[in-house]
Parts: sequence; structure tokens; C-alpha cells
Amino acid sequence: MIDPRISVIEERLKGVGRIIAVSSGKGGVGKSLIAATTALILSSKGISVGLLDLDFTNPSSSTILGAGPVRPIEDKGMIPPKIHGIEYISITFFAGDDVMPLRGEDVTNAFIEVLALTRWGDLDYLIVDTPPGLGDALLDLLRLIRRLMFLVITTPSRLSLETVRKLLALLHDVGAPVIGVVENMLINDSASVRSEVEKMGARYLGSIPFDPEVEKALGNPKKLSETRFAARLSEILDHALKAT
Amino acid sequence: MIAEKNLGGIIDVVIRIGELQQIDLDAFKFALDQLSLQRSLNARFEFRGERAEFRCRACGAMWPFEKENLDPDIKEAIHVIPEVAHAFLRCPRCGSPDFEVVKGRGVWIESIRGGR
Repeated sequence: MIDPRISVIEERLKGVGRIIAVSSGKGGVGKSLIAATTALILSSKGISVGLLDLDFTNPSSSTILGAGPVRPIEDKGMIPPKIHGIEYISITFFAGDDVMPLRGEDVTNAFIEVLALTRWGDLDYLIVDTPPGLGDALLDLLRLIRRLMFLVITTPSRLSLETVRKLLALLHDVGAPVIGVVENMLINDSASVRSEVEKMGARYLGSIPFDPEVEKALGNPKKLSETRFAARLSEILDHALKAT
Repeated sequence: MIAEKNLGGIIDVVIRIGELQQIDLDAFKFALDQLSLQRSLNARFEFRGERAEFRCRACGAMWPFEKENLDPDIKEAIHVIPEVAHAFLRCPRCGSPDFEVVKGRGVWIESIRGGR
């Protein structure tokens, strides 16, 4: 049976310029923080941007942005609310803070539902906060959003880098464009991650030192935008997005 | 499809609607009737509901969707994204959130009858 929802997805995304998936394969590397802060940075520069949090089982962008009890407007689909100038959709609008354990088939259905329902405006960028892992969620994303470009996040840990190696190999195999790799939570300067990333055939976009001030800025976008973390990410994005 | 099946036109369409979608039937019927007029289909639409049923993957219990007992906000959330049911419903026998929707999810065309 043909799923009519899938044919609607491209139509829903037709006003969107670039669609960037912030991804890593590994959890806990700062994907959500980088996705949400990227949206804030672009918005502060007058660029129209949306943020789609597809981490259904552990959504954290609403906490990062201090989104509060907002809901999309139902009108021939869902019109995303604007948070700090960002068109924003998260499963927390519907599930609240309740735990929502989902198996693969349910994740797929929920992805399709969100993508088929959301009426994004005319956006220069849509930032997609992706769930960790190299399984169903990633494969669904690749299948459902053909225009995805990947911004890959790692930490200096070999454990993270090993997962990134697998993610990059998969993205290479399916021909998905990769903007490059950001090294997050850097503690000691070292060129080893850069060297490893370049050996994997990807662009090393730069490192972001671990910033303890970020924790205190969660839920406060203004404060978050003023952290050294955000300043460094902004520099990296300036360089990375110009080159794509 | 009309050309593929060598039909002169569509006489009636049976649409099955899963209970979890909680669709406003009057609004849906109005939209389809308008579409039918615009496209000069003159088709008659018949709607049939399908009750939702869940099966617990942990203990095998089966139970129906009892929306009457749910908070209106939760009903609305399930209406928009039915998978959200996993945040609010639990197996009535063992309390597990690991259940599958056996029936009652989605909207689909069950049959189309045409004339030659």
C-alpha cells in the first residue's frame, strides 16, 4: 500500500533552502546543543531558520531554548510556533515531559507524521536535531528527506570518533553530502581528531573548547548566545556554511 | 487510475478511518466533497471507522482505546501524532509502555467502485 503521507513531505519542505542534519551516531556529544545554538546564531544574523527536533525519545532542544508551553497551530497541518525567531517543532509539544519509549516502526510513523504535517515557512535553513544511533532513525531520515546535508559532531574521545567513522562511511555509501565534522568539548589541544577526520575523507571544521558556562545558560537563549561556546560555533558556521 | 482500469468514472469510494486519528468526520467529508466537485468526480464517499486496539509486547494483553477517560489535551496530542499514545497509555495488565497498535491507526482507501 502506498503511504500518501510520504508524497506530501517534499511539498511541505519546498520553501526551505538548505536542510542540515546535526548528527553524530553517538549520544552525549552535544548534538542538540549545537543544533539549537546553530538555529539561534543564524536567527540572530537575520537568516530565516527552523529547528526540527527529531530526537523523540530524548528531546532536549525545548530545555535548551527555554521554549515553555508552546504548541503549533493546527491549520491544514501544523504551523510551527516561533521561539526566539526560530520556527520550531518538537515532540515535546505533544508528549510533554512524559517518557515516550518507541520502537523502530513507531519512530518511522512519528517521523512521517511530523514531516507530512509541518508547514514550514520560507526558510533559508532548517536545522534537524537527529537522534543518536545508526539505525532506523537515521535510515528514515535519509529516505524521507532527500536534500539533507550532514553536520557531524564528535568529541575528542576515541569512542565518539569511532562511531563518527561509521557514520561517515554510511553517509558516503548513500551519497549524502557532509558539510564537515565539528570537534566539541575539547579539553586538551591536540591535532589527532583533525588528522583522523581528514583520513576519513571529511572536512574538519574546527574545535569548540569545553565551556562550563553553557550549563548555566541552558533555557536562556540570550545567555547561551553570549557563551564562548556560541562564539566559537558561530566562527565555525561562518566558515563552514560559506563553503557549501 | 481511472484510465488504467479503463473506467468511465468513479461511483463511490470507501474510506476507512482509524479511531486513533480522531478525525472530524464532517470537516473531512466536506473537504472531499469539495474536491470531488472541483475535479468533476461526482463520487460518493463512504466512511467506515476502525476501532483502535493495542497489544502489549511484554505480556500479550489486548485492550481498546478508551478515549473517554483521557484528558482533552492528551486526546488532541494523539489525534495529531498517534505514536504519542506511547507517552500516555500503559498496558492495563502489566503497566508496560511497550505495546503495538494492532488496529485503528491511519486513514486509507478501502475500495473504489467505478463505472465503464
